[in-house]
Amino acid sequence: MYIYDNIDQRLVDERVTQFRDQTQRFLAGTLPEDDFRALRLRNGLYVQRYAPMLRIAIPYGLLSSKQLRKLADIAHRYDRGYGHFSTRQNLQLNWPKIEDVPEILAELATVQMHAIQTSGNCVRNITTDHFAGVAQDEIVDSLVWCELIRQWSTFHPEFNYLPRKFKIAVNGSVADRAATFVHDIGLHALRGEAGEVGFRVIVGGGLGRTPIIGHVINEFLPSRHLLTYLDAILRVYNRNGRRDNIHKARIKILVKEWGVEKFREAVHAEWAHLKDGPATVTWAELHRIERRFTRPQYEKLSDVDFTSLKTPFNAWLKRNVHPHKQPGYAAVSISLKKTGVPPGDVTSDQMERIADLAEHYSFGELRVTHEQNLVFADVRQAELPGLWQQLREIGLATPNIGLLTNIIACPGGDFCSLANAKSIPVAEAIQRRFDDLDYLHDIGELDLNISGCINACGHHHVGHIGILGVDKNGEEWYQITIGGAQQGRIGKIIGPSFARADVPDVVERLIETYLELRDSEAERFVDVVHRIGIEPFKNSVYGNPDQRPTDRRAALAA
Amino acid sequence: MATLIKDRQIVAQLSPPDLVLEPTDDPALVAGAVGIAGVIAINFPKFGDGRGYSIARLLRERYGYKGELRAVGEVARDHLHAMAQCGFDAFQLREGENPREALKAFDDFSEQYQSTAAQPLPLFRRRA
Ligand code: SF4
Repeated sequence: MYIYDNIDQRLVDERVTQFRDQTQRFLAGTLPEDDFRALRLRNGLYVQRYAPMLRIAIPYGLLSSKQLRKLADIAHRYDRGYGHFSTRQNLQLNWPKIEDVPEILAELATVQMHAIQTSGNCVRNITTDHFAGVAQDEIVDSLVWCELIRQWSTFHPEFNYLPRKFKIAVNGSVADRAATFVHDIGLHALRGEAGEVGFRVIVGGGLGRTPIIGHVINEFLPSRHLLTYLDAILRVYNRNGRRDNIHKARIKILVKEWGVEKFREAVHAEWAHLKDGPATVTWAELHRIERRFTRPQYEKLSDVDFTSLKTPFNAWLKRNVHPHKQPGYAAVSISLKKTGVPPGDVTSDQMERIADLAEHYSFGELRVTHEQNLVFADVRQAELPGLWQQLREIGLATPNIGLLTNIIACPGGDFCSLANAKSIPVAEAIQRRFDDLDYLHDIGELDLNISGCINACGHHHVGHIGILGVDKNGEEWYQITIGGAQQGRIGKIIGPSFARADVPDVVERLIETYLELRDSEAERFVDVVHRIGIEPFKNSVYGNPDQRPTDRRAALAA
Repeated sequence: MATLIKDRQIVAQLSPPDLVLEPTDDPALVAGAVGIAGVIAINFPKFGDGRGYSIARLLRERYGYKGELRAVGEVARDHLHAMAQCGFDAFQLREGENPREALKAFDDFSEQYQSTAAQPLPLFRRRA
């Protein structure tokens, strides 16, 4: 964790005071509703379908036990006793009262938390690889850089009112676990020839209505230039991004309309003035931030061999336990995807228990992943069986990380006023269909993502199987894409959409087709789609009329 | 009566601007005039239109404009702190803003992290 100094703390406290005043003015009728909207969004407060929603920032997904206890307490006292972890590594409360929000923010500030810029047309919460700092394939530990960017983006006076929201992701490992190619800015922390840190800068990726893979505009930006370069990109966007049409306002549209070359030139022309200026990053600052991070004191241990232990512990070990750069340690995923529980939801009681477990097993810290799960990053391997036991007792040992039932789903029509369709019941229906663990393991790695509308909060475009809620004459339908990948591939639509009841059948057909076509167990679903294209899948889903799920169902009913 | 602020004081009137820039205007085009202009105003047509903040910083930091820089249009107390950071020193607030409340807004935050027109040294260069 980065521990605030008194200035960081003061700024968060001052934000609470400011928002308290704004809320009071709104409730007193002296601040127009539209203006309050822009201000409350900057503090994470939405007005949703049934109630307000408060999105609490978890900067780059890092959370302490103490903070989690506070979240549990807030969810308990101000909400209905649960919270929802989102794909942006945030926590959402679905039922707070508007007039309580300033108080909730004040409580959050006591544990160095806030809801700053979790919404609105500004730079949002920075996200990163949930294994940052512990990954075996790590090139650069991204956490210090994330904090540097967090501070730079917090209340940036020039970029408070951008054309549209702005999301930045940082990845410092070989594998891209931060979906950097589908962010407004994606950064790959790299090392140059002399070991110096630099960044590959990717701009203009995004999901939503117009899914686009980002473009590299700089292959290696020396790290001291990071902030001036970000300033230059943001300034070009702030001044030139479209403001006439909300659907064309993201930076990806500007990059697309201008072409990458013109955009890069504009950024570099702007940067020429800022480069080596006062915002140039100093070593002193990087060291200061590093010193304020709590870092685990590892013991000298050796790896533990669990092969003699049998299922079900082994299934969990295989799916939910990940390699660690430190011998004798492991990173552990806690799946929030138990069948029957909305993906990403946790109760206050579970939060309390998780906080205790993190304290006992993982130096009092945990992470939130963009797959809506949690991670204990620093667990001693010898303690894995004990941890597994305890997690099982509270229903949090589901061994499905990376598998089909580890469904990423937005809150959808059950909560969100923008939704075309529900997503939670669809997730549950699919989980129920695939409840055989052996079968799941046989299917292997599969990302399944569900969004309730084209805003794509469930990142359906990058799911190996993506499900999107669409509206057909007021009815809820689901469009299916296959072949997307978090590493920067957009899935292809297989054809006309389906009624909700048919979705599990369709997924089943897709899986059956995959199992028939795969070379070996090593070839994943998404690999097969990339190798042979979507046609065979399409045929098996739509091909033969009496094979079509709707018709089969009709035939069965007849 | 719109509230008028100059150098963090309520004033009864402000002199007419020499130049009014719209969000789409390029400050580079007036770079030659910054030496002679006494008052440049930047218009904010909407509460959420942030282009003027960049224009202000460019005028101050790149083109060396030293005269009065005034924010006009949909300017509310909630904008003042950031606007001052970006180099505005005069404000013609929209109708209905409470003058005394507005003045307090300059103190909404006691620090900022970034390099700005008002404080070119980012916090990290001033932090112990
Ligand atoms: S994808 Fe659509 S339905 Fe789902 S949370 Fe986002 S806006 Fe709401």
